[in-house]
Amino acid sequence: MTVLETKNLTRNFGGLAAVSNVSLKINKGELVGLIGPNGAGKTTLFNLLTGVYEPSEGSIELLVNDSMKSIGGLKPYTITNLGIARTFQNIRLFKELTVLDNIKVGMNKNIKYGAISAILRLPKYYVEENRVHDEALKLLEVVNLLDKKDELAKNLPYGEQRKLEIARALATNPRVLFLDEPAAGMNPNETQELTNLIRQIKNEFDLTVILIEHDMSLVMNVCERIYVLDYGKLIAQGNPESIKNNKKVIEAYLGED
Amino acid sequence: MAKNRFTKTNFLWLLLIIVSYFLINLLINIGIINKVYQTVMLTIGINIILAISLNLIIGITGQFSLGHAGFMSIGAYSTGVIVKQMGGNLSSVFIGMAVGILLSSIVALIVAIPTLRLKGDYLAIATLGFGEIIRIVIQNMKITNGAAGLVLPKLLDWKLVFLFLVISTFIVVAFTNSAPGRACISVREDEIASETMGINTTKYKIMAFVIGAILASIAGTLYASSFYVIKPDNFSFNKSIDILVIVVFGGMGSYTGSFVSALLIGILNTSLQSFADIRTIIYGALLVMIMIFRPQGILGNYEFKFSNLLKRFNKKEARS
Repeated sequence: MTVLETKNLTRNFGGLAAVSNVSLKINKGELVGLIGPNGAGKTTLFNLLTGVYEPSEGSIELLVNDSMKSIGGLKPYTITNLGIARTFQNIRLFKELTVLDNIKVGMNKNIKYGAISAILRLPKYYVEENRVHDEALKLLEVVNLLDKKDELAKNLPYGEQRKLEIARALATNPRVLFLDEPAAGMNPNETQELTNLIRQIKNEFDLTVILIEHDMSLVMNVCERIYVLDYGKLIAQGNPESIKNNKKVIEAYLGED
Repeated sequence: MAKNRFTKTNFLWLLLIIVSYFLINLLINIGIINKVYQTVMLTIGINIILAISLNLIIGITGQFSLGHAGFMSIGAYSTGVIVKQMGGNLSSVFIGMAVGILLSSIVALIVAIPTLRLKGDYLAIATLGFGEIIRIVIQNMKITNGAAGLVLPKLLDWKLVFLFLVISTFIVVAFTNSAPGRACISVREDEIASETMGINTTKYKIMAFVIGAILASIAGTLYASSFYVIKPDNFSFNKSIDILVIVVFGGMGSYTGSFVSALLIGILNTSLQSFADIRTIIYGALLVMIMIFRPQGILGNYEFKFSNLLKRFNKKEARS
């Protein structure tokens, strides 16, 4: 079953087509990799899919309640509320909030009390806050950050900030998760740990995962299918084995001889 | 550890409020706080309300507003006009307050929806313009008696200011420590990340802005009914800057900081009264020094909490 589909998706910045005519189809429960040389338009594509940018042309459709709904050009928060969550290439945590509160911000849309209940401290506030607190702790346990819950996010080491970002994305209760270079700057051990974590959350939370990554061992290791972008265009797709031997991909990375 | 209403820390806060109430009452009764000091106290109290409400907008939500005096003047003039029409009694003050709250929240909404899409400097300039518009409107209306202003009876004593100080503080603290409050902080920290976490950032910016405006309007009501005269000039751009200085001086995002800095600045202003000529020079020099040596404000983003105090106390006990 298709969960996410783009047709002829294009985004121009002035005269430059950062993403051009990209059509892709992601099935439910898949773990898809998106690779390409620097500046190929991978992050721009993520930004289009999560609503940070509006598409110049083309459509994006997401499976919502068993039917495909067009989400191109919707606001990021609307798209998140429809079930897409993401992490960022250059970590964007809420630095001055504690680890626990970062997660709670992610859960915000599922908290059922408003400003009035908060200010008057109605019983609803306490019920919901306690529920959210427990759920946030559970999520922190998944990414192994439970003992860091009261630290400020900015004080975490780099690898843990990446994990916290993943946990925060999970807190929005997504069906589709985008990971933008989750292993960037990690050592091989941490990468291995991350690989396991991605597999674990994918199963545990019943997710479809799409990840951008430069670490080929990670991509080849976990992805079931890979799309390759170069100069904003899709140049190849297929399973890791076929991508490895694809002439166009080799050319894009190493240049023509 | 489930949260509920009846915690040790909440009890300690209540105790602190009651003790400070009776302490101030006692000091007034035995004459240590005389008439002059009482006026200083009122100013400080009103400034704290203004500062914490602006802190909610600037320090917590990260939206740089320079129009706070505008909302204060809405509250002050709503009260002033109604007191003038209805005769000076306490109930007219409360009706004035209610009208002020209603008006300022409507105006805040109207101002917020277009301007909060702006960022940083642009938002500051837009809100600055708004504050001046309000002042000019008041200056040119008949019912507000133009530039001459309104002369009003003194209808409040410090007890009501104290009451509203407690209420306002409760409102901003309760709001900040809740889901909408966390959403506001996330807007300050990273707007893009906040949006991708499913947060409608515009909605929360407006929410903080409106709550701030309402509290500023309440401060305006208290001002109008404590200081005999209100003139449009009392609510000029300078007043907005004064409030901003308190917030920045105390530490953006720290309500405790706003309390401490409003107190210090109030005391400083009073004690420099006898050097009227060089007062602003000393005041300015102090501010420059603070900004050089402690750019994050006196308290940075530290917040006084009884729970931290209890924790430290328990640790000490465990050690000994």
